[in-house]
Amino acid sequence: MSAVGISALKVLAALGLMLGNGVVMIYMLRKVLGHLHIRLGPIHVGWKGTLQTVMDVLKLLTKEDVTPRAVDRWLFRLAPAVVFVPSLMAYAALPFSDTWRITNLDSGLLYTFTALSLIPIGLLMAGWASANKWSLLGGMRAAAQQIAYEVPLLLSVLPIVMLVGSANLGTIVEAQQGTFLAVLPRWFIVNPLFWPTFLIFVVASLVESNQTPFDMSEAESEIVAGFATEYSAMKFGLLFLSEFSNQFIVSALGVTLFFGGWTLPWLPASVVSALGPLIFLIKTYLGIFVMMWIRGTFPRVRIDQVMQLGWQRLIPISLVWIVFSGIVIKVWS
Amino acid sequence: MSDICEETLGVGLLCEGQHDPGTPPAGLRRAPSGVDGLTTEHLIINMGPQHPSTHGVLRMIVEVDGEEIVAAEVSVGYLHRGIEKLAEHRRYDAVGTLMDRGDYVSGMMGELAFALAAEQLMDVEVPRKAHWLRSLASELNRLASHLVWYGTFGLDTGAMGQFLYAMREREALLDILEALSGQRMMFNYIRPGGVVADMPLGVTEKIRAFLSTFDMYLDEYDQLLGGNEIFQGRVKGIGTIDRQMALAFGLTGANLRAAGVDFDIRKARPYAAYPELDFEVPLGSTGDAWDRYNVRMAEMRQSARMIAQLIDGMPEGEHTAKVPRIIRPNAGEVYASVESSRGETGIHLISDGTEHPYRMHYRGPSLYAAQALEEILPGHLIADVVMIIGSTDIMLGELDR
Repeated sequence: MSAVGISALKVLAALGLMLGNGVVMIYMLRKVLGHLHIRLGPIHVGWKGTLQTVMDVLKLLTKEDVTPRAVDRWLFRLAPAVVFVPSLMAYAALPFSDTWRITNLDSGLLYTFTALSLIPIGLLMAGWASANKWSLLGGMRAAAQQIAYEVPLLLSVLPIVMLVGSANLGTIVEAQQGTFLAVLPRWFIVNPLFWPTFLIFVVASLVESNQTPFDMSEAESEIVAGFATEYSAMKFGLLFLSEFSNQFIVSALGVTLFFGGWTLPWLPASVVSALGPLIFLIKTYLGIFVMMWIRGTFPRVRIDQVMQLGWQRLIPISLVWIVFSGIVIKVWS
Repeated sequence: MSDICEETLGVGLLCEGQHDPGTPPAGLRRAPSGVDGLTTEHLIINMGPQHPSTHGVLRMIVEVDGEEIVAAEVSVGYLHRGIEKLAEHRRYDAVGTLMDRGDYVSGMMGELAFALAAEQLMDVEVPRKAHWLRSLASELNRLASHLVWYGTFGLDTGAMGQFLYAMREREALLDILEALSGQRMMFNYIRPGGVVADMPLGVTEKIRAFLSTFDMYLDEYDQLLGGNEIFQGRVKGIGTIDRQMALAFGLTGANLRAAGVDFDIRKARPYAAYPELDFEVPLGSTGDAWDRYNVRMAEMRQSARMIAQLIDGMPEGEHTAKVPRIIRPNAGEVYASVESSRGETGIHLISDGTEHPYRMHYRGPSLYAAQALEEILPGHLIADVVMIIGSTDIMLGELDR
């Protein structure tokens, strides 16, 4: 098969993964939140309500697509695509196993962060083009918070890159294979040097994926639905699909960087190699489950508090930690 | 001046706080300034009447500088149903249905206010058991109402779980109220002369079963929301209504008590069975949203305490006095008030001796709280607006009546 054909297949695979992931995650979100809230979530359509999401997607597809008269038509139509495409791009560098990956990029970590950081442009476009004051506030919030948190997100993971000596996500996972003290996995989360790194990463990635308690840009109790206020039908669907997909990506990044990606040290290498993608997905969905748990429990932070936390705490702390861990890594080796 | 205050309020409240309207709102300290030659404009936003967290149909017109409120105007009346006028065409025993639809989350207390006013004109001796049943219904309803406040306050901060947990307890309470009165929200249970029916069998057990777990759950809920550092960061120090301002705006209920003013109608002008009950009036100190939160949570504990006393000491006897089918009270003008979940709910009633009230005025505490909003909002952020509205616990059904 030609190189172009393979590339096209890979893009289709990424698209399928993203859509399938959206359907699974919406169902999961409803069930998890439902049980956290002492209710059942969807139960009627399909076995245990499993087809509910399919029905909802059908509803979104067949709904009237309302374009308000006052909007900036081009930007309004373009914005969902500008939000959707970078989140699709971000799948490219994720290592699902030692063989299962769309591309093997040496700058995989940087590439994924870059793709994620393109999203606020789309959100700002959506907010501006909607000609709605709530949308504008939502778009501004999205831009402000994502700019504030890209820096600590990237800075926080630099110690890992320094230790591994590569920004290739696959190499980072391979550095975490095996065990020490016979039982503990060599995952970076076990290493005390990366505990502050992990905390900063969790906070910053919650902000980046626009999750509670940092879901400023669509805080429904404050600014109605933020940038998505004027969107309906599948344009709205795309905006939300991309949000679920971002949640998946940051969770997958967390698994890759701190929880050993597709590896599971207690199983023989041949089994791990065969089940790699499955292990990776299970770990990722566990991470998503924790995010949903947070969403079901925590109140929302105020926008100025988010900004203060980012600029005044996380950035200085991660800078200091880079210097410190740099010294430790140098002395160690 | 001072003796009039003494006389009307019984505790001489107004005399202390002469509110000074000369101070500009805090938000006006920052004018839109040009930074590097850039000029900024203020944005005027309609918050409501269709907004997820204005608790019904409150409309706020806010002028914002970025996200900071510069000025706010409260526009009310979107839920006006003309309750006061409708009451002029209802017979006395049917006005309760209107009161249920005023403050529809604590209907019992509205009914009670009207019943107390009508009874002053009727020369009727309300039996002791009716008093106790009225207090029981009021306290059960106060819990149900405060739980709605707790849940929606959680929603305002963006926490969904709290709302559904609160609804679980409220469901049990509504079941009890349904057993007691036959209805879940629109009770029409407390009528001039007493209550409509005696306590049916099994209600005491239901209440006991509810109380056996309620305190535990309440502590859990308090921990879940009030113990959360994010939540504390959101409510501490915002929406401060100090003592003077609270008095000047005529706030009552938890909003007033959070500012440290010890004024509770159940103590100041006792009615129903409250003189016989042992309870405390929780007070705050600074009057910010956090104090209002704590006062309301403490009030729920006190209500649970009172309900336990009420079912233990429920007297025997008639549940209502002998009242004619068509009530024609004496001509006259009276005012009666109760401590509802939101503050002083009062009924000013003028009767001309016919079977319909000549004029009824409904004093709802939410209207006063909504007026204070205009003054306290400037200087806060948009996110704080919903928190402050939530913390004052205004009820639009009662505000617009």
